[in-house]
Amino acid sequence: MGTTQILIAGFGGQGVLFAGKFLAYMGLMEDKQVSWLPSYGPEMRGGTANCSVIISDESIGSPIVSAPDILIAMNLPSLDKYESSVASGGMIFIDGTLISRGIERNDVKMHNIDATKLASQNGYSGLSNMIIMGKVIKECPALGNAYVEAALSKVVSERHRNLYDSNLAAVTLGYNI
Amino acid sequence: MTDKVLMKGNEAIAEAAIQAGCRFYFGYPITPQTEIAAYMAKRMPKISGTFLQAESEIAAINMVYGVASAGKRVMTSSSSPGISLKSEGISYIAGCDLPALIVNVQRGGPGLGGIQPSQSDYFQATRGGGHGDYHVIALAPASVQEMADLTFKGFDLADIYRTPVMILADGTMGQMMEPVKMKDYTPPDINKDWAVTGTKMMREHNIINSLCLDPESLEISNFKRYEKYKTICEKEAMCEEYLTNDADIVIAAFGIAARVSKNAVNEARANGLKVGMIRPITLWPFPKDAFERAAEKAKAFISVELSMGQMIEDVSLAVRCRKPVYLCNRAGGMIPSPEQVLAKINEIANMSNSK
Amino acid sequence: MSIVFEKPHALTDAALHYCPGCTHGIIHRLVAEAIDDLKIEGKTVGVAPVGCAVMAYNYFACDMVEAAHGRAPAVATGLKRAMPDNIIFTYQGDGDLASIGMAETVHAATRNENITVIFVNNAIYGMTGGQMAPTSLPGQVTQTSPYGRDVNVCGYPIKICELLSNLDGPEYLERVAVNNVKNVKNAKRAIKKAFENQINKKGFSLIEVISSCPTNWGMTPDQALAWIDEKMIPYYPLGVYKDKSAQKDSEVKA
Repeated sequence: MGTTQILIAGFGGQGVLFAGKFLAYMGLMEDKQVSWLPSYGPEMRGGTANCSVIISDESIGSPIVSAPDILIAMNLPSLDKYESSVASGGMIFIDGTLISRGIERNDVKMHNIDATKLASQNGYSGLSNMIIMGKVIKECPALGNAYVEAALSKVVSERHRNLYDSNLAAVTLGYNI
Repeated sequence: MTDKVLMKGNEAIAEAAIQAGCRFYFGYPITPQTEIAAYMAKRMPKISGTFLQAESEIAAINMVYGVASAGKRVMTSSSSPGISLKSEGISYIAGCDLPALIVNVQRGGPGLGGIQPSQSDYFQATRGGGHGDYHVIALAPASVQEMADLTFKGFDLADIYRTPVMILADGTMGQMMEPVKMKDYTPPDINKDWAVTGTKMMREHNIINSLCLDPESLEISNFKRYEKYKTICEKEAMCEEYLTNDADIVIAAFGIAARVSKNAVNEARANGLKVGMIRPITLWPFPKDAFERAAEKAKAFISVELSMGQMIEDVSLAVRCRKPVYLCNRAGGMIPSPEQVLAKINEIANMSNSK
Repeated sequence: MSIVFEKPHALTDAALHYCPGCTHGIIHRLVAEAIDDLKIEGKTVGVAPVGCAVMAYNYFACDMVEAAHGRAPAVATGLKRAMPDNIIFTYQGDGDLASIGMAETVHAATRNENITVIFVNNAIYGMTGGQMAPTSLPGQVTQTSPYGRDVNVCGYPIKICELLSNLDGPEYLERVAVNNVKNVKNAKRAIKKAFENQINKKGFSLIEVISSCPTNWGMTPDQALAWIDEKMIPYYPLGVYKDKSAQKDSEVKA
């Protein structure tokens, strides 16, 4: 494969940037070129947040993802805003608990994950992002799955070590849906 | 697995500065560079260094001036409006021939402007920025790895030439994460016997000063400083050339604009167009030679910028107006897309074909 | 023959450029005497201002830095942080310290930055030829207040010692004058104490010295000295405005 361009979008607080960092670390550990670019500014504080992640075999030019191969929409405004930008043949992952509509495109594949509901049912409140990540890893073999634990241990900070297990469990849950 | 780590550009600058032996940081919060201050606030107390949040950008740059006078490695960082405030102090630092590192993670202007990425402080950085005849060495990183590498380089250049050095990044470079590996680094051995460390009653007093009321002497000191600048221009200009050997159209772009343009160059090549890129790494001194060489073969140049067109003047000067130089730009915090750059390439390719 | 009077070692042989009757010379000497007495010349770095004392870097024999207008406390902060074992002082006038450099002054004080500040208040901008200063008295005639300082238009003079004494940070604040022998001797004691405080790592010490400017006040030197007694001191009362260590000592005793 050449290059995978990923766009993750949602509300601030849904762990959009964290999920992106996790994917970037997985790529890094596969010895690929990676870049991670967040939206920043006032929108980080409660509004919409998004981040561009690129994982590639070649050196990365622009770190800005304008036509994602993979869109992860964690709320309706994000789907409304980015659905049309997804590259033909790409994939859209949505949190079905928060998004009631399907997609309008017929040249991309949608994966609907009831992530927020699954998270609260299984005691992983706040980890809907990682449940979706599990599904993303399952559906996108190009991302690899050898370094899930290693990447997680990089992105879960020392201070929050106790959250590592629940993050891993959430990813596993999403993977096995 | 790799030994690289993912870091934000801002953090890479901070960590590289620490590894380069900088133990003094003074700053004032401003988006999009505040991670540098936050990183320093966390790390400096643990390594017996100084992090101080100054009362203003003006105070911060003058604290830098104080530490630089004492002969120690020191830095400050800010974003566009804050750099304007620091410009007085930078002029003094240049006028006293002191080494210091100043980081500008640019945002859109003028005035308070916005907080999204911009390159519209190019003139300010490459023409000095404050009052008087002086330059700062302006370094333009285009990756997080370069944010680190050019920080090491910046401290060295500052010490070697006794001059302020500026890293001219932008919001994207500051905020994005990419893999970084810090280099093994030993600082150059530099004699700083000019520093004000106390006479110890063993020598005449040292004076750090830019006041000179006698115009003849002031003129001499200006000419002497420009001799130094001449050496810097001869020895320190840096750029990356990408597919320029056979290029009919050469793009000039730095920082994030170069990253975007690289996509467009690759796309154009795939379409059979001979397009290349020169990416200045030093904006001052400007890598004129590369442009002059490229102008022998190229039919046209395109300056891709996140500004209303500033570097384009240096490109035009470097090719001595022998070839047309076109502008492809966004401003105010917007970033050109690879498609926009490609469209400009196609437009110019069609123009020269129809001639 | 024995030497009964000589120039302090901490002053160079350079001839001062100050006007006849100006008290900057006295204050320079008092600072130099304190440096000599405490034997700290070899590790002292002074910071000169912009204003009449701009060329102080030529007069003090210790290492010197010339600061931008008003920024001396920030420069001194950098020097002190870089060299905590050196002795750092600033020498600033009223325009430098109380107008353009007010932010740097207040913040160095509130950080209790361990530096010594010599603040020369002569109620006028001398170097630029006699304009209104932040410390010019109500009604005082200057080039830019030709009808007298109108407090309704330009506000009131700033009393630096009183202002800073409200901060928890600074260690020591005292106002002195140099218009007669008694006051000069007292000023010498205060300036020396301000350096001792730094040696003892006590923190920010500022000595405000009420000074004269016969040239720009339009007076003879002796008239100017008398004017300090008649006008300046009543508005700017002399005395200690803050002495944190003494305060602590008395609290312990009580």
